[in-house]
Amino acid sequence: MNNNKKPSLWNSIKVGLLTFLTLMIFAYGFQVTKVNLEELRSERRQESFVRIMRALARPEIFEYEQVEEVVNYPFYTPCPPDQSVLLAPDINTLEPYIIVTPACAEPGAIVQVEGFNFAPNTTGPVRFVPGNDPSNVVTLGRENAKTDINGDFTVSMEIPKRPSDDVQYIRVILRRNVGAPHFTQTAHDTWDKIIETVFLALLATVLGTILAIPLSFIAARNLMKTVKSPLTSIALSTLGWPLGMLIGFIAIRWVGNFSAAIGSNILVNLASILILPLLIQFGLRWAMPQVETTTPSQSMKFARIGIILLSALLGFYVFFQLASLAMRLGNTLQASLGSFGFLGFFLFQMGDIIAILTPSIGALAAGGTLSSILGRLGQQSSERLPIPAIKTLNLILTPAAIAMVFVLIGQVLEWLYEFDTPLYTLWGPMAIGAGLGLLLAVMTKPKESLPIGLLIYSVTRTILNALRSVEALVMAIVFVIAVGIGPFAGTLALGLHTIVSLAKLYSEQVESILAGPLEAIQATGANRLQTIIYAVVPQIVPPYISYTMYRWDINVRMSTIIGFVGGGGIGFLLQQNINLLNYRAASAQMLAIAIVVSLMDYISSVLREKVV
Amino acid sequence: MLQIKNLTKIYDGGVKALDNVSFDVPDGQFLAVIGLSGSGKSTLLRCINRLIEPTEGQILWNGEDITAASQEEMRRIRRKIGMVFQHFNLVHRSKVITNVLAGRLGYINPAWSLINRFPKEDIEKAIKQLERVGIAEKANQRADELSGGQQQRVGIARALMQDPQIMLADEPVASLDPVLAHSIMSHLEDINKNDGVTVLCSLHFLDLVHRYADKVVALNEGKLVFEGLPKDIDDEKFKEIYGRDAERVG
Ligand SMILES: Nc1ncnc2c1ncn2[C@@H]1O[C@H](COP(=O)(O)OP(=O)(O)O)[C@@H](O)[C@H]1O
Ligand SMILES: [Mg+2]
Repeated sequence: MNNNKKPSLWNSIKVGLLTFLTLMIFAYGFQVTKVNLEELRSERRQESFVRIMRALARPEIFEYEQVEEVVNYPFYTPCPPDQSVLLAPDINTLEPYIIVTPACAEPGAIVQVEGFNFAPNTTGPVRFVPGNDPSNVVTLGRENAKTDINGDFTVSMEIPKRPSDDVQYIRVILRRNVGAPHFTQTAHDTWDKIIETVFLALLATVLGTILAIPLSFIAARNLMKTVKSPLTSIALSTLGWPLGMLIGFIAIRWVGNFSAAIGSNILVNLASILILPLLIQFGLRWAMPQVETTTPSQSMKFARIGIILLSALLGFYVFFQLASLAMRLGNTLQASLGSFGFLGFFLFQMGDIIAILTPSIGALAAGGTLSSILGRLGQQSSERLPIPAIKTLNLILTPAAIAMVFVLIGQVLEWLYEFDTPLYTLWGPMAIGAGLGLLLAVMTKPKESLPIGLLIYSVTRTILNALRSVEALVMAIVFVIAVGIGPFAGTLALGLHTIVSLAKLYSEQVESILAGPLEAIQATGANRLQTIIYAVVPQIVPPYISYTMYRWDINVRMSTIIGFVGGGGIGFLLQQNINLLNYRAASAQMLAIAIVVSLMDYISSVLREKVV
Repeated sequence: MLQIKNLTKIYDGGVKALDNVSFDVPDGQFLAVIGLSGSGKSTLLRCINRLIEPTEGQILWNGEDITAASQEEMRRIRRKIGMVFQHFNLVHRSKVITNVLAGRLGYINPAWSLINRFPKEDIEKAIKQLERVGIAEKANQRADELSGGQQQRVGIARALMQDPQIMLADEPVASLDPVLAHSIMSHLEDINKNDGVTVLCSLHFLDLVHRYADKVVALNEGKLVFEGLPKDIDDEKFKEIYGRDAERVG
C-alpha cells in the first residue's frame, strides 16, 4: 500500500461529488419513505397516539365482576317558580345519597355535589341527565367522583346549558370490583390461538428437519463428488425411478384396497398389526443376515429379494391396517371422551395421514429401489460386458432416459400452463431428449465413470437457493390459495421454508466435516450408507441440533405473523383486532407473542447448552 | 503375495505423485516405505485399498487385480486390508468401542447399520482387541478424550477388527513422541510376527526402519529409488533417497 496522500484537485472534486451523491440518495430516501415530522406534531395524531398507547398499556386479560351504586338526584335548571317542589333528600338513611348545593341553579352555574354512604374508595362519573326520565342513558358533562374511606365525596360540576321547566337529574354511578379476577373472552381466544401458533411452529420445524436431513447430504459437495457411475448405470437408474414409482403406486393401492376389503373390523385390524410385524421381522432377518462372510449363490439372492419384496408388501398392508384402526378408534374416542375428545380427533387424523401418505411413500420406496437395482445392474454390465455391447446398450438406454426426463418436465409444464400442444410438451421434448441422449452416448467412452454426483449436487443446490429466496410469507400466500385459509397453509409454508433453509445450513456443516474419519471408515469396506452413518452423522449431530433450535426460534416468530396472510395462528386475531381498533385486545395478543417468543428463546438456549 | 505393477498416479492438478512404481510384497513381510514428505508414500498406500484411484498400472493380490475390482468386490477386498493413519482418523464424538466396532462394517449388512446394530460376537471381539492394545478400560469414553498414543491404539484395534491379511500404516508414529512410537511399532510388529499379517508401513525415522522392517522401498518424487534390506541403505543410497543436502543423524 502506498500511503502518500498528495493534495490534488481531482481528489477533492471526487470527495465533493461523493458527498453530493450521498445527500441526493438520502433526500430521495426521505421522499420515498414519506418522512414527515409535521404529521407527527399534529394534535390529532398525538391524541390518537396517546389513546392507542394507553390502550396498549392495559391488555385485556383480566376482568372483575362489578357492582354499581347509582343515585339520581332530581334537579331543576333554572330554578322553578314554586320552590316547594325541591325535595330535601332523606339523610337519616344508610343508603347512598347525594346533596347538591344549591338545590337548583341557572344553566352554566357551578354547583357542589356531595355524596354520602357510598362504598369507600370507589370511583365513577358524575353526570347531568337531560329530560325528565331518570333512566335516560343520554348524559351530559362528566366529573369524576372518588370516595374517601368513609364512602363520602365532594365534586363541583358545571350545569350544562339545557334549561327546562321540568325536573332533570344529576346522576352518580360508582363502580367497584368484587370477587376474584377472571380471564376475559379475549384472554381465552388468545390462549387458543397461541397454542395453535406454537404447534404450527413445532409441526413446521419437525417436518422441515426430517426432510432437510437427507437433502443436506445430497447438497454436500464433499459427499457427492465421489459419486460416479458409468453411463449405462446412470441411464438405467434414471429409467428406474418413474417406472418403479408407477409400479409401487399401483401395487400399494392394490394392497390398500385389499386391506380395506378384509379389515372391516377392529379384530382383523388388531390381529394384522400384532402378528404380521413378527412375520415380517422373521422374513427380513432371514433375507438380510447381519454378517455375511461368503458371497451367496444366485438362486439364494433371488429368494432373498422375493422375501424382502413380500415383507415390504406385508409392511404396507400393516400400515393400512394401522391407519384403519387409528381412524376407527379415533372416531369412537372422539364421541366418548368428552373434553378429551381432541385425543380421538388426533388419532383419527393420524390414521388419515397414514392412509394418504402410504401410497406415496410406497411409490417413492419402489422408485428408489428399482432405480438402485437397475443402477447396479448397469454398473455390473458395464464392468463385465464387452465394449461393443455396452456401446449398443448406451445408444438405446441414454436417449430413452433423457427423453423420459424431458417428457416428464414437459408434462409438468402442460399441467401448469395448459398449453394443449403436444408438440411442445410431448413430442418436442422427447425428440430433443433423445437427440441429446444419443449425442451423450456417442461421446462418452463406454466404461468411463461420469460425475453424476456433482450434477445432482448442482441441481439440488440451485433449486434450494431459488426457493430460499422466496419469503415464508409469500409461500404462505401461495399455500393459502392452494389449501385454503388456516393453520395448515401456514404449516406447509413454514415447513417448506424450513426445509430449504435448513438443507443449506446443514449441507454446509456436512461440507466442513473432517475428511480423515471418512477415509478411515471407507477403508474398512463400509459402503456409502454405512460411511454416512458412522463417519458423517457423529460429526454433524451438534451443529444440526443447534441449527434446528435456531430454526425453531425463527418458526415461532414467523408463526405469530403468518396469520396476517391467512396462515393461521395468533397473527390472524391480532390483525383483526388492530383493524377493529380494539387495541386492548391487540395488546393482550402482543403480550402473549412476546411471552411465547421469549419463553421459547429461553428453552432453546437452555437445550442448546445441554446438548452442544 | 501383493504385486505392484507399473503404478502411476497423476492428480487432477497434474502432480505426478507416483511414477511407474513396481515391487512385490510376499505374505507376512514387514515392509517399510520411506521417502521425503511429498514423495508419494501416502498416495502409494491409498492406491492399494483404492481410497485413491490409480491412474495407470495394476495391483495384484494373490493374482486378483484390485485396480479392476467392482464396487462390490472392493468392499470384500477392503475388509481384509486394515489401515492406520498418521492422524489416527478416529470419529471424535463417538465412543472408543464404536470406533473399534466400525472395523466390522465391511462384514455387516448395511440394513443393520441403519439401526446401529452389531452382533454380540463383534462386541466381545472389540473388547478383546482393546485389551490386546491395553486400553480396555477406555471403551466407553469418547475418542477425543484420549491422548494421541491411546488414539493410535484404538486405530490399531479398529484395523484388527477387520481380521486383516494386510495392514497399511501411513506414518503411524509421526504424530507421537519417540517413546510412544516404539510402543505403537511393537504392536504392529506383534501383529506381523504373531498373526502373520503383511505390514506396509511408511516411516520417517531410519532407526525405526532398522529396528522393525524386513525390507524397505524408498520413493523420491514418485519414483522407486531403492528396494532392498534396511542394512543396505549406505550413505550413497541415503543421499539418493533424501537428497544431496540431507545429513544422516543418529
Ligand atoms: N489430493 C491431492 N490432490 C493433488 N495433489 C496431491 C493430493 N494429495 C497429494 N498430492 C500431491 O502428491 C504428492 C505426493 O503426496 P503424498 O502421497 O501425500 O506424499 P507423502 O505421503 O510421501 O508425504 C505431493 O506433491 C502432494 O502435493
Ligand atoms: Mg503422507
